[in-house]
Order: sequence, then C-alpha cells, then structure tokens
Amino acid sequence: MTTATISAEGLRPTTTRRIAGRLGHVRDVWAMTRRNLVHISREPMQLSDVTIQPVLFTVLFVFIFGGGIPIPGGGSYTDFVLAGLLMLNLVTSTMGTAVGLSTDLHEGIVDRFRALPMWRPAVLVGRSVADFMTSCLCALIVALTGLVVGWRPDASLPSIVAGFLLLLFFAYSISWVSACVGLRSKSPESAASFGFIVLFPIAFVSNAMVPTQHMPGWLQAIADWNPVSAATSGARVLWGNPNPSGTIQAWPMQHPVEAALIWSIAILVVAAPLASAFFRRRTVE
Amino acid sequence: MTDTMIAVDGLVKRYGGTVALGGVDFAVPAGSVLGLLGPNGAGKTTAVRILTTLALPDAGRASVAGIDVVAHPAAVRSRIGVAAQDATLDGLLTGRQNLVLVGELSGMGRADTRARAAELLERFDLVDAADRVLKGYSGGMRRRLDLGASLMTRPPVLFLDEPTTGLDPTSRQRVWETVRELLADGVTVLLTTQYLEEADALADNIVVIDHGRVIADGTPQQLKEASRSARVEITLSAPHPDAVDALRPLVGGSVQVSEDGRQLSAGVDTAPGLATAIVRALDGAGILVDDVEVRQPSLDDVFFSLTGGHIEGAELEEGVPESAIGAHSA
Repeated sequence: MTTATISAEGLRPTTTRRIAGRLGHVRDVWAMTRRNLVHISREPMQLSDVTIQPVLFTVLFVFIFGGGIPIPGGGSYTDFVLAGLLMLNLVTSTMGTAVGLSTDLHEGIVDRFRALPMWRPAVLVGRSVADFMTSCLCALIVALTGLVVGWRPDASLPSIVAGFLLLLFFAYSISWVSACVGLRSKSPESAASFGFIVLFPIAFVSNAMVPTQHMPGWLQAIADWNPVSAATSGARVLWGNPNPSGTIQAWPMQHPVEAALIWSIAILVVAAPLASAFFRRRTVE
Repeated sequence: MTDTMIAVDGLVKRYGGTVALGGVDFAVPAGSVLGLLGPNGAGKTTAVRILTTLALPDAGRASVAGIDVVAHPAAVRSRIGVAAQDATLDGLLTGRQNLVLVGELSGMGRADTRARAAELLERFDLVDAADRVLKGYSGGMRRRLDLGASLMTRPPVLFLDEPTTGLDPTSRQRVWETVRELLADGVTVLLTTQYLEEADALADNIVVIDHGRVIADGTPQQLKEASRSARVEITLSAPHPDAVDALRPLVGGSVQVSEDGRQLSAGVDTAPGLATAIVRALDGAGILVDDVEVRQPSLDDVFFSLTGGHIEGAELEEGVPESAIGAHSA
C-alpha cells in the first residue's frame, strides 16, 4: 500500500502554522479571549454580576451596615468595606469561568477546537483572560460607585493601583479553581451552584465585610487564615484605608500583602495545572 | 491516483463494556469518496472520531495522509477538515465570526482568514446571514456553515459525519454538489451516512459497518451485483407445463407462477449473460418468451439484506466471490 504525501495535486495546504511556537500560542489565546468577550457582549445579563451587582452591593452594604458596624481602631465603614466589596464581587463572579467552560464542554464546541491544529490550553487560558478583563471592569465600577458613596483612599497613586492589582491577581487565581470545578461539573447548572455553595461562604467567612474581632473564636481563626482576608487586608493597607485586622497576631494578618501574593501564587500553581489535567481527562476518550 | 489517503487497520474501540469498533479495516484512495454506511450505533462516528484525533483506539492503527493519528495528532489536525454530526459551532457568534475563529485557530493569516471566510459564505449562500448570530440560523444553514468551517483551511482530507441528516431535499442537493466540487479539487472525503441514496450518489466506494464490524465493502455497483436480491421476471407467450423445470437450474430458490400461468418470477444471483441463458433454456424446451426482465436490487435492498440479520450477512459471504465483493466475517 503506497501512502500519499501531504499535499495532493492542486491543493495549497495553507494549514501549516505560519507562526510557530509561543507567538502562535498567544494568537490562539487571543482568538479564544475575543470569542469569550463576544459571548459576554451578546448576553449582557452575563455581565450583570460585574456591573449591576457591584453597584447594588456597594450601595446596600454602605447604607445598611454602614452605621451599625463599629470598626476597631476607628475609621469609617465605607472606607473599610470597599476592599471587601470588591473582593466579594470579584470572587463570586469567577463562577462565570466554571459555567462558561462547562457550557463549552456540554455543547460539543470543544470537539471542534480539539480537531483544529491549535494550542489546546488556549481554551482555558483564553477563558481566564476574558474573565480577568471583566474583573477589571468590575473593579472600575466598584471604585467609581465607592467614590460616589464616600470611599476615599489615602495613599499614593501607585499604591492604590497596587491594591487593585493585588485583588485582581487573587481573583485570577480563584478563577482557575473555578475552571477546575467547571471541568468536573456534569452540567452548567451544577457548575453555577458552585458559586453559592463554595464561593459565597469563602467570601463571607473573612474580614471582607465585617471585622473578624466580632466573630466567635473558632470562626475568627478560620477567617484570619482565609486567603480572602489576606488579600482584602492587603488592599486596605495599600489604599490607606482602615485595617482592623492589623492588630491580629495571625501571620497573614501581620503581613497581608505578602500573604495575599503567596496565597495567589500557591493557588495558581496548583489550580492551573490541575485544570489543564482535568481538561485533558475530560476530552480523552 | 492509487495513493492511500486514509488507512484503517484492525481498529478496535470499546466504551466501557460496549464494543464500538470490533476490528475494522478500510482504505480510502486519494481523491475519492468513501461512504461509511451503517445503521445508528454501528460505529461510524467512532471511526470518524478516531481518525480526527478526538478518540484514541484501543487497538489497531489509523493514518491520515500517511500520518499516524495516535503518534502525530497535531500533524493530522492541520490536514483535515471535520464536519461533525452535531454541528459544532458557536451559537453566540455570527456565521462569519465562527469561520474566522476556525481560521485563526488553525494558524491562517488574518487576511487569508477573512478572504476565505467571505468566499465560503458566498459559496454556501450565507452572505445575507453572515453577520447574524447563529442562534437565528435554521438547521440547514447551520449545516452549511459547519461544512464551510470544515473547509476553511482548504484541507486535503475531509470528514463529513452524516452531513445531510435532518436537511430538506434542496439543502441536501446543495451539500452533494459541494462534495462533488471538492472532488474536482482533488480532496479526499470520508462520509458517513444512513442514506443509501446519498452513498449511491456520492461515494466511489462503500464500506458497510454494523455492530462495529465491516460487513461488506465495494463500489456501489459491486454491492448491488453481489446481492442475491435481484429478481428475474419472465412473461411467456402462453402457459407451459415445463417452464418451471426449465427455469429452476438457473435461479436460486422457488419459482413463483402467476394465476394465468404466463408470469414467472424468481430470485437470482446476478451473473453475466443471465437473461440470454434464461431465454436459451426456455427456447430449448420449446417455450415461447415475450419478455425477460432482470431487476437490479437497489442499494436499499443490499443494505437491508446485509444489516437485517447476521445470518443473511453470512449467506452473502458464502455466495459471493472475493473478486466481486470483499465480504468480511460478520
């Protein structure tokens, strides 16, 4: 049996990669990112958890709890809670990563991607980049809403920017945990329930919305070691906002910026390869 | 061209306890269309999934354009186009965005991608719908776009998994025309279908699979000739008592005689000169014949006799010489 060589007569194989290596990977990631951004533009309700929800949460928390929660060490609740509100919105919106990936797997479009000569991890990376972009939008909206209701950072501009980046980086690492969940879910619906069952408790059992000093001892211990608390405290420190956790002896509360970075990197280093492995396992048959 | 573009050798695939493919062999010469024919669940899609690198075989080998699909899946992917059974498109993108996405992810240049997408939208009569979101497309439009997506990179090998299932006759005709045009370009096509008509119209060769095994292969004509379901119908000038006896050595099975005794019919193995032999035999017995008609089986007859039951499949294997049809044990 003779075997055909690559091109039959009269065919111009244009399929050979013109851009090899890493540059090709970047292109694939960008193509997937744009795809996911188009998705968001088509279903603006998908975006509500980074647009309407942040405004709603900010206004509600500031006006409902604002007067009722004393901040140990003094300071206004509005200045205290803004980092926590941004954290809450960012962390809960990573649920979109799980739902999106689960939907892709469910609808069979991943089969199309898998039969293309593309860099396969671009399916995951492109998703996470698009979600990072919506996180940035979320941060902008929370910051603007905060300024309207009276939030005032008290630090240099680079320090303020660093505070936002710290929270965004932390949320990015959590989006890879969410990716793992999406890849293990049987359906988009079960992926969505992850947000309520896991993300909300993680976001709330922390110093994000209230100072942990008022919690029962065992809960406070969990909250003080919760990565969410470290990242939130880190942002408060960088923004020059009240940080009552600063007086707590737990190491992450004494070094919140360092702890937030360590947590973020650790989560990323575990979750990203795990998501990649789940993706491979989910698509092998 | 005698080069083999797709080669499948002893392919085995199990899903849990079910055997989807139980040792399948076939080859597709470059520039030809192979019709992979079989009922639902026969293993057609599994074979396509292995050839398009979506599934790994448990045993056996498969290669596309001379490249092993297991050893070098990336190289295979850059040479194939796939239109899967469930149109795998992005429902939230427009038709054009879908094609562009496929082009970009295949490493085509930006200008080439845009030009090719426009060309294919035109070819598949989707220009008006090009910038509409896919959710508003009809089933036929989605199918056409899916076919377009599979052609973005001008692949030399194309896999079409039931490309016309659920299409109206006009759309089906259009898909057929497209496949014929691709052949003119020298593309090799593997097409799965449940429609015999489709295999008959498009395929140079047909492989019939059932329960994960090849039960027959050959050209559409060979398959028809190989079937026992051809019938001969004879009209005598007048009823004759010796007619049935004269006919019996030439036909298989019983001879049916009409009430007036002039019409005789019987199942036959088609063979060259069959009608001549029948006329001679009757003439030799002094019987006058008005009409002899050998009715060729349709591919449907062949298909149902092959897949209707394994006993009939086994009969076919005994009765048919290897030269006419490469029948495999069922």
